[in-house]
Amino acid sequence: MTAVAAPLTQDGRSGIWGWITTVDHKRIGILYGVTAFTFFLIGGIEALLVRTQLAQADGTLLSAEAYNQLFTMHGLTMVFLVVMPTASAFTNYFLPIMLGARDVAFPRLNAFSYWLFLFAGLMIYTSFFAGGAPDGAWVGYAPLSGQITEAVRMDFWSVGLQLLGVASIVSSANFVATCFTMRAPGMTMLRMPVFAWMSLVVAFLLLFSLPSVAIGLFQLFLDRNFGALFYEAAAGADPLLWQHLFWIFGHPEVYVLVLPAMGIVSEVLPVFSRKPLFGYEFVVFSGVAIGFIGFGVWSHHMFTSGMGPVAEAGFGVATMIIAIPTGVKIFNWIGTTWGGRLNMSTPMLFSLGFIAMFVIGGLSGITHAVVPSDYQQHDTYYVVGHFHYVLFGGAIFGYVAGVYYWFPKWTGRMLDERIGKIHFWLMLLGFNLTFGPMHILGLNGMPRRTYRYPEGLGFEFWNLMATIGSYIIGISLLFFIWNIIRSRRNGTLSGSDPWDGRTLEWSIPSPPPEHNFDEVPLVRSLDDFWHTKYAEDEQGRAVRIPAVTGAEIDVFAEEEGEAHGDIHMPSPSYYPALSALGLVILGYGFVYLSFGWIAVAVGGVVALWGLFGWSLEPVTRSEHH
Amino acid sequence: MSAHSVADPIPADHEGGFDLHRTRKTGMWVFLGSECIFFGAMISTFLLYRNTTADGPGAELFDVAFTSASSFVLLMSSLTMVLAHNAFERRDIRQARIWLTGTALLGATFLAGQIFEFTEFVHAGLTMSTSPFGSSFYMLTGFHGAHVAIGVMMLTAMVILSTSGRLHHDRGLNVELVGLYWHFVDIVWIVIFTIVYLLQV
Repeated sequence: MTAVAAPLTQDGRSGIWGWITTVDHKRIGILYGVTAFTFFLIGGIEALLVRTQLAQADGTLLSAEAYNQLFTMHGLTMVFLVVMPTASAFTNYFLPIMLGARDVAFPRLNAFSYWLFLFAGLMIYTSFFAGGAPDGAWVGYAPLSGQITEAVRMDFWSVGLQLLGVASIVSSANFVATCFTMRAPGMTMLRMPVFAWMSLVVAFLLLFSLPSVAIGLFQLFLDRNFGALFYEAAAGADPLLWQHLFWIFGHPEVYVLVLPAMGIVSEVLPVFSRKPLFGYEFVVFSGVAIGFIGFGVWSHHMFTSGMGPVAEAGFGVATMIIAIPTGVKIFNWIGTTWGGRLNMSTPMLFSLGFIAMFVIGGLSGITHAVVPSDYQQHDTYYVVGHFHYVLFGGAIFGYVAGVYYWFPKWTGRMLDERIGKIHFWLMLLGFNLTFGPMHILGLNGMPRRTYRYPEGLGFEFWNLMATIGSYIIGISLLFFIWNIIRSRRNGTLSGSDPWDGRTLEWSIPSPPPEHNFDEVPLVRSLDDFWHTKYAEDEQGRAVRIPAVTGAEIDVFAEEEGEAHGDIHMPSPSYYPALSALGLVILGYGFVYLSFGWIAVAVGGVVALWGLFGWSLEPVTRSEHH
Repeated sequence: MSAHSVADPIPADHEGGFDLHRTRKTGMWVFLGSECIFFGAMISTFLLYRNTTADGPGAELFDVAFTSASSFVLLMSSLTMVLAHNAFERRDIRQARIWLTGTALLGATFLAGQIFEFTEFVHAGLTMSTSPFGSSFYMLTGFHGAHVAIGVMMLTAMVILSTSGRLHHDRGLNVELVGLYWHFVDIVWIVIFTIVYLLQV
């Protein structure tokens, strides 16, 4: 077993080239995480600019044009470049380990997903230097988004999202194949940790929702560049089609954003309550139910588009029904903490914060399901308040809980508890101060997506509060960054199992060796690792089994006679990164279609070169240990 | 890792061994599921706009007899694909190569028919910018054609690989996976042909 603070580059391929060619799911997870966090800071700065503009009536900091770009890029960044890849980071790192596997199903495809995500994200951001960023909101409603302007903003948006979608589809197929075919012996589906389950549901949601928006984006692209008439009302087309295609993707997408956070919270709560998760099956199947019903509620985003009373009633009821599995989960989480011996460390605080904030966001969401009430709230700040409660108070709080929980596994060191608690309370305060008032502003009639508001409408006070709140969130993040930098070098050493965990990742060293498990574990129950550490006495209380180490669970594998010799790990490869680069060059060509055919050709050749090299190179190398 | 019996708590049906081929097939099936939505969205768009011809030409352009013939060619390519897979499973690479070549040629014939048809329609005044009907027709059949073209490329690559003895299950590009993809593309065409050509008459 390696030492606690072993370097991350255990296969000897260090340096930049090692990271570019890596196919190790843990390093790809770290790449996802670091990249997503960087985009989070950029998206946060955009939000602060927006809030500064709105701090007072008749704000003068930003022009309407700049404001439109900033709020569009803020939404697009936070959804596609922050929350989704953060979920990917956790899934990449922990899904294989939690299932007892040595890597994901397709390691090189995994690398390809990451590089395509990174390059496509950077490509969208280069639009700022190429005449202007997308400015039609992240939902890009037709026919507005179809209008041809001088700058090619919305082409950057449509092509960039298309590439990000490809990256997500590919990684989703990868995760599904991992869950279905890579589980360790004995790891039945209903022994998978809840986080693994939620990752699986998310992968299915993406697989079946992304193609819908992909078609919408292609149609928009063809309208803008090839004179197609998909959204041209003058030719008899119906621009409402865009909203359907978008929201058939867009609503499952919000579950894509929040389900992984629910999975993380379902891991954290049992560990810090020192109790098993209350009603494991209910938590799992309510997650699956949310996934299914999530496909039947998309039109609640479109109540004011005039669909007629039957459709509105149907989608309104479906939306209320989805609150049931969500409520089941919340009661299960509360049941998990109930009567537990609570350890109020930072991961637990953020998890409890998640539950509280998500309940508020969920309840304000129910008010949108009531159609007449939605008419009143539609396109106001009430909606902005609502979805930040579920996506920031929900998703981001959950992911931050995940960072505090798993940081020791990544680095072998603990994050500082004192700074962590300052971070939590500041973020909770700042968050509520920012987004709470938006409900009041919205009900008072302040519309979203407007770059300023006149004096005397009563919007000034709460807007100022929201802006102050947003800066408090910003300050809380400085504590977070400080904590990470400080603890990465000087944090307390954590050992392999600092929280007395229940799932397989805590049975291996921190950070894990490249092949994860010296012996593939055999799994005999849910929370198997916990049961190797604790037995029950006659009263059903947990009793520590003495002198048990993580190696204990390998006994079966050794009895079974698994050879100690070679472990086959996938070889490093630069072809995934090369293929992704080719696709993004191709993307630039499509954005600048009038003279971009050379880029299309070059990108096509590079992508094909990458794909052919990829399919012809050998898959594995042997690692002796 | 062996699949034989271990301690009781391990369910007998769960082997846990890592079978790369099974993993790849799972990945391919999942991807094809995703493709269903991709074509589903385009088919929905077409159904929405099937009568929105903006006073331009519409379904009367279709030559159902011609397209039926090319559809037949495409469906026959599924048969040759099955024969290629069977030969491959018997490790009869020479036979497999013949059937793979045949499948690629049938696919290419279908594509040639589609190009001919598109050319005819454009001459008759139906383009992507004529009407929403035109836009959705060309997008749907065009994306299907692109899928066939990618299939033909993969088949060709496999024919080339087979000449140097590099055609086996261990590669991502193998007969069974390409076969799954190819059959899917054929099945989608049955749906498209029915909805676009037959329902219009």
